[in-house]
Amino acid sequence: MTKLLNWARAAAVAAGALAGAACAGPALAQAVTPIKIGVLHSLSGTMAISETTLKDTMLMLVDDLNKKGGLLGRPVQAVVVDPASDWPLFAEKARELLAQQKVDVVFGNWTSVSRKSVLPVFEELNGLLFYPVQYEGEESSRNVFYTGAAPNQQAIPAVEYLMGADGGSAKRFVLLGTDYVYPRTTNKILRAFLNSKGVADADILENYTPFGHSDWQTIVSQVKQFASAGKKTAVISTINGDANVPFYKELANQGIKATDIPVVAFSVGEEEIAGLDAAPLVGHLAAWNYFMSVDTPENKAFIAKWHAFIGNTKRTTNDPMEAHYIGFNMWVQAVKQAGSTNVDAVRQAMYGQKFKNLTGGVAVMNTNHHLSKPVMIGEIQANGQFDIVWKTPGVVVGDAWSDFIPESKPLVADWTYPWVCGNCATPKFAN
Amino acid sequence: MVMQMLTQAVGRLVRACVLCAALGSGTAVAQTVETKSIDEMVQVLAIGDFTAKIEATQVLATTGDPRLVPILQALLDNNLYARKSDNLVVIGKEQGGTLAITDPLTEKQLGAAAPADFERARLNNRLRTVLQTALGALQLAHPDPARRKASADALFKTPSLEMVEPLKIALAHESNGSARKALVKALAATELQFTDQPEAKRAAVVTLGAFADPDIRAFLNSRISGINEAAPAEQQELKAAMIAAVAEIERRVATWQMFGNVLQGISLGSVLLLAAIGLAITFGVMGVINMAHGEMVMLGAYTTYAVQLAFREYLPGGLDYALLVAIPAAFAVSGLVGIAIERGIIRWLYGRPLETLLATWGLSLILQQAVRSAFGPTNMQVTSPSWMSGAIELTGGVVLTYNRIWIVVFALLVFGLLIFIQRRTQFGLQMRAVTQNRRMARSMGIRSGWVDALTFGLGSGVAGMAGVALSQIDNVSPNLGQGYIVDSFMVVVFGGVGNLWGTLVGAFGLGIVNKFLEPYAGAVLGKILVLVAIVLFIQWRPRGLFALKGRAVEA
Repeated sequence: MTKLLNWARAAAVAAGALAGAACAGPALAQAVTPIKIGVLHSLSGTMAISETTLKDTMLMLVDDLNKKGGLLGRPVQAVVVDPASDWPLFAEKARELLAQQKVDVVFGNWTSVSRKSVLPVFEELNGLLFYPVQYEGEESSRNVFYTGAAPNQQAIPAVEYLMGADGGSAKRFVLLGTDYVYPRTTNKILRAFLNSKGVADADILENYTPFGHSDWQTIVSQVKQFASAGKKTAVISTINGDANVPFYKELANQGIKATDIPVVAFSVGEEEIAGLDAAPLVGHLAAWNYFMSVDTPENKAFIAKWHAFIGNTKRTTNDPMEAHYIGFNMWVQAVKQAGSTNVDAVRQAMYGQKFKNLTGGVAVMNTNHHLSKPVMIGEIQANGQFDIVWKTPGVVVGDAWSDFIPESKPLVADWTYPWVCGNCATPKFAN
Repeated sequence: MVMQMLTQAVGRLVRACVLCAALGSGTAVAQTVETKSIDEMVQVLAIGDFTAKIEATQVLATTGDPRLVPILQALLDNNLYARKSDNLVVIGKEQGGTLAITDPLTEKQLGAAAPADFERARLNNRLRTVLQTALGALQLAHPDPARRKASADALFKTPSLEMVEPLKIALAHESNGSARKALVKALAATELQFTDQPEAKRAAVVTLGAFADPDIRAFLNSRISGINEAAPAEQQELKAAMIAAVAEIERRVATWQMFGNVLQGISLGSVLLLAAIGLAITFGVMGVINMAHGEMVMLGAYTTYAVQLAFREYLPGGLDYALLVAIPAAFAVSGLVGIAIERGIIRWLYGRPLETLLATWGLSLILQQAVRSAFGPTNMQVTSPSWMSGAIELTGGVVLTYNRIWIVVFALLVFGLLIFIQRRTQFGLQMRAVTQNRRMARSMGIRSGWVDALTFGLGSGVAGMAGVALSQIDNVSPNLGQGYIVDSFMVVVFGGVGNLWGTLVGAFGLGIVNKFLEPYAGAVLGKILVLVAIVLFIQWRPRGLFALKGRAVEA
């Protein structure tokens, strides 16, 4: 239904533009040409489960902006394409959005491998991408704003929590991950971090499984074995996508309680938990910058708007949705400030842009293209929501290059003069 | 009687433990005991911060007051609330949008209230552990043996000196086997950690060493690491005894683990068998390369979801049996879709394998997207009935989950049924006749077109039944089938095309080999190794394990 409405709206806008062109000539037609926003999220294939929600979030935000009178006096139009969870297709679709559709900005991608695939396209055509998902860092592109968490805004605080008294003073760690770039890079950073905290390599077990892995019997019993060495053990999970559901089912069935071996996950949110019976999982953890259960007026309004838009009060909200909410609103502010949708002008206006996040603080866009956000740790509850058990007192500045990997420690990402660089050790003093 | 003795023991514990709490968390706590009433402490449990709640729990546990059990249990179960307006603490149960509240100490019903007026008491894992220990101390004489066992388990995990006597009394009166075992464990662990008599400690090591339990290994290991080189000779002797006990436990656990691997292999094998057996009919018997086979499985899983939804709406009491209704429903849905596919598409493409492959692959994409449009892209929640949740815990840390056991049983039943149909029924005879020699079968008066359609329907229907089973262990999402299509072809080709027994042996063989490789090679490399092994095997025996022999094959 909403889809139909959007079509109708797009058609109306197009009709309006045509009518304007017909009766008032090119000058007025210019004024009502819609501002185009690309939405690059998989609507089919294995990532559809997560990314379809983000597409709907974008449609809601665009819809909302149009109700308020559009941007710079022009209506805003979302151009939705489906890269079908096919990584090379992401690059093709990105090119289509930038070169043919001539969109002013793109909101999209979920997996890091898809982001790596579109990166050359955005840099070649000088496009602007807002990437809303927590990721492994070790990247800063002039054409990408990273509105999800960098490792120091999610992974590191979560491990610190596990090592603290409230987290159970864990001394031994199992790093479980899906076999691709995000888990492997994150675990590389985590291993370096744990080593720096005096955790020996013998106390770290790393294990990778393919996308969509469904038989977790062996790995869960391996974790139990590893945990029986006499030190408090915790699991850090970077398992992505569908594989999480059978993993948690196996945990529950084998009776691993959060009080014995807590599992902290970086890619499991309200949406993933919605697909399973959460009662046996109470107490397992997730680290994010946003939880649906946060009790603030902004969040309540956002959830109400989402439910009204999607027409289903059972739907959940999650962290990447908040990232799109912040990213989109910052972009709107930057366009207003620049008075144009020109990519270079908007990029300059983005730095230092502030917007109220949904958790009761203020998000700031830094010159390394990462946001300042609060970090929260939530416990799974029987109703599929998260109870927040720990929160940073203020916001944490996203760090593109991890301090725990020797190669990347000296690197700085700063896109203001005289740096103008995503991975330099010294200022460039160049254009 | 037991209750009385325990209460006395716990009473002694009160005095002992107020002291220990004072030692543990500073004198402030000791003072709070005197100055704060139980009511105030309960208040802290509901609205204090985590540290305050932990201290309050520890202090409350020492009172040994049985009225506290429901309060602590409510906090542990997320049922303790405080009214936002005046911080009135209640135990609440959510019932259809309202909160049925009771007074925590008197257990008096206070009627229904709006959940929005109340704030739920929060807890974290540290508080949970403290609560479990406290409840363990208070519930050692609980009438329910499962509760007693849980209490003993909690006391094993966090042993404390004061519990030696209560544990001894409880053990003397315990008649339930598993609760007794847990008590023996808890008592031995407590004695090993706290007594100062060397004989008792040595006896405790011997007791613990008799179990084949990874938890005990963990406990002993933590004790071993606590004794360093400089400790006196007596301690060193104890350390040596513990190391020997750990080695003994390890040896036994390793044997059990081997057994566990075989069981897990059988379990994986039964999943492979279920996924592949429908394909063994459509591909193995009919020779149709059906790339949409996985989607038949997926349709079965969605039928399960739909049946559960219907039960939830119209017959909530029978939800546990929804799965039994889903089995024939899934067979019917996938079977009918299968017949439609055969009549609509595949029958025009017999003898043209490449076209069949492409057409069915396209069809699989269409089916996936159709389901995605109809049900949405998110995972559907299929709950497990109560008789499929939980696990049997064998010795040595080997766990057999009920859902896996049922799936093994179900897979074997389906297999038996198919063998029966193929070998003992009229339809089975016709099916074999048509696939062996179509022209001859036609001349004998068999309507080969219908037999084709029904055979394909049977294979698809069985795939649908596999979907019912897979909905219990995997995601119910539009991609469900994709994860199984490659494995299914592998099993059928490995087992021998056209032979159901080959599929059985192939599925269990691959399952067990996979599970033995996984701990050493990892899940990714393990899969690759199995794939390479099959490719090599096919080079050696192109027709698989159990090749059909005779003229029919050559034709």
